[in-house]
Amino acid sequence: MSLVVDIQKRLGSFCLDVSFETEGGVLGLLGASGSGKSMTLKCIAGIERPDKGRIILNGVTLFDAKKHIDLPSQKRHVGYLFQNYALFPTMTVRQNILCGLHWEHDKTKRENALAEIIGLMQLTGLEKRHPHQLSGGQQQRVALGRILVNRPELLMLDEPFSALDRHLRDQLQIQMQEFLRHFGRETLIVTHDQDEAYHLCHRVAVVDEGKVHSLKETTALFHNPASRQAAILTGVRNIAPSAVKTGEYEVEIPAWGLRLTTLDCVQDGLDTVGIHAEAFLADCEVNRFPIEVTGEMREPSGDRIRFHWASQAAESPHLWWRTQNSCLNGNVSELGVAPKDVLLLYP
Amino acid sequence: MDLYPLWNSLRIAAISSVLVFFMGIFAAYYAVRLPRVLKGILDVFLTLPLVLPPTVCGYFLLLLLGNKRPLGIVLAQFGIKFVMTWYGGVIAATVVAFPLMYRTARGAFESFDETLAYSGRTLGLSNTYIFWRIRMPACKQGIMAGMVLAFARALGEYGATSMLIGYTPGKTATISTTVYQLWRTNDDEGAFIWVMINLAISAAVLLTVNMLERRNRRAAV
Repeated sequence: MSLVVDIQKRLGSFCLDVSFETEGGVLGLLGASGSGKSMTLKCIAGIERPDKGRIILNGVTLFDAKKHIDLPSQKRHVGYLFQNYALFPTMTVRQNILCGLHWEHDKTKRENALAEIIGLMQLTGLEKRHPHQLSGGQQQRVALGRILVNRPELLMLDEPFSALDRHLRDQLQIQMQEFLRHFGRETLIVTHDQDEAYHLCHRVAVVDEGKVHSLKETTALFHNPASRQAAILTGVRNIAPSAVKTGEYEVEIPAWGLRLTTLDCVQDGLDTVGIHAEAFLADCEVNRFPIEVTGEMREPSGDRIRFHWASQAAESPHLWWRTQNSCLNGNVSELGVAPKDVLLLYP
Repeated sequence: MDLYPLWNSLRIAAISSVLVFFMGIFAAYYAVRLPRVLKGILDVFLTLPLVLPPTVCGYFLLLLLGNKRPLGIVLAQFGIKFVMTWYGGVIAATVVAFPLMYRTARGAFESFDETLAYSGRTLGLSNTYIFWRIRMPACKQGIMAGMVLAFARALGEYGATSMLIGYTPGKTATISTTVYQLWRTNDDEGAFIWVMINLAISAAVLLTVNMLERRNRRAAV
């Protein structure tokens, strides 16, 4: 099982230049809106046509500009879950799923497959309803069922939870995990949400301005984003404007007016450093500096404190500290960061 | 009373509605996909019969299909004559009613969610299936409205029709030309009867449409 994507496409001033390979498992494409991640899926599905490059799925060339191969969507065997699920509004649940079963000409087998998927996706009793009579979660299950009976070689999910309420999302993410395990084939998930990417994907690539950066194991990427874009997208709240290497294990951050010790060896060409909001510790003795608290946001599971270093330049953005221990806040005048939590970011 | 004008009007309106249905949908479907400049030019051309006086449309039709015009001569060799025949009335009604179908269908197609077609394609459904079973049902309301407008316009066509096929009792007479002819010859009573017949047909068409719409709405809920 493999997917090779290497495509270029110009759209006005935007240039999509995406290249990545996967070998099984769930790959997340993490990027802000307008970064080109949905366009990438559309090119793979044959909805948009790249200017150059090639797309190969499990050894079958779907697109190759040089060889003039451009299979129609119908022949690509790619399952595409659209953001709005794209259920056919004038058809019932049953008819919608049968659209995915059109390849099965034996009537008994078709009915069996339909019954099986309706059971599996927990849609029993909803067969005669129209899409607008279903909840968001049910619509998603119908759309997934319709794709599953179509037996695609590759499954692509475009922001699968963006149309749902926050409280539904967590529950559906668990269902989705099970579904993806059941599906077991190549899967691409496009998302801008770091939690979704972390929960669902084995590996994650960061998409920014039409390019794919740092395709890595999910945990590796989140623990060490290694680039400014990856750090922003994986939820690092505090990213310094710039940083300079001052020693093998030391960096200086001019805007913050301080030097931090690091765990990793600092390479040449350092761009900046990032620190998670959770990484600041009131009782840490290393990298410890005076702070001034400038704001607080109370939350049920702890507080978010806005602060700046005592030595910080006036115009540089304030930092965020997330703490579980709200009784401490009032008296905190110094914060430290463990050297392992100073994330080194390169261009 | 000679009911020929009723029969003639109905068959002209029915045939031209069918023609306009397919032509309008075809034109609208492709116009939506054209680049903007080309679409604008085509749009002007296809909508012109709606804003031109029908007599001007009739004049152009005569220029094109007249007995001494190249196309008219060629068609005459195959025994097809559109001037002063009832099927010339079909041509006139089709030309005048076409923009109504085209514009309403185009509006319906433009508001269609294209991701439905994309997802149909990724599921392996043929483009024909997607068009007739997904796109058309989703646009049904707009297309039906266009059909009704086109039928009503075709039924009431006077200007282009009288230019192209004139008024020959029992041959090319339609309801609207008959009303004019009877009134012109001071047969007010006869004209009134035909006016009433026309009113009845129009009311019946509109009622049918309203009933169909209500049933659709109930089916959708």
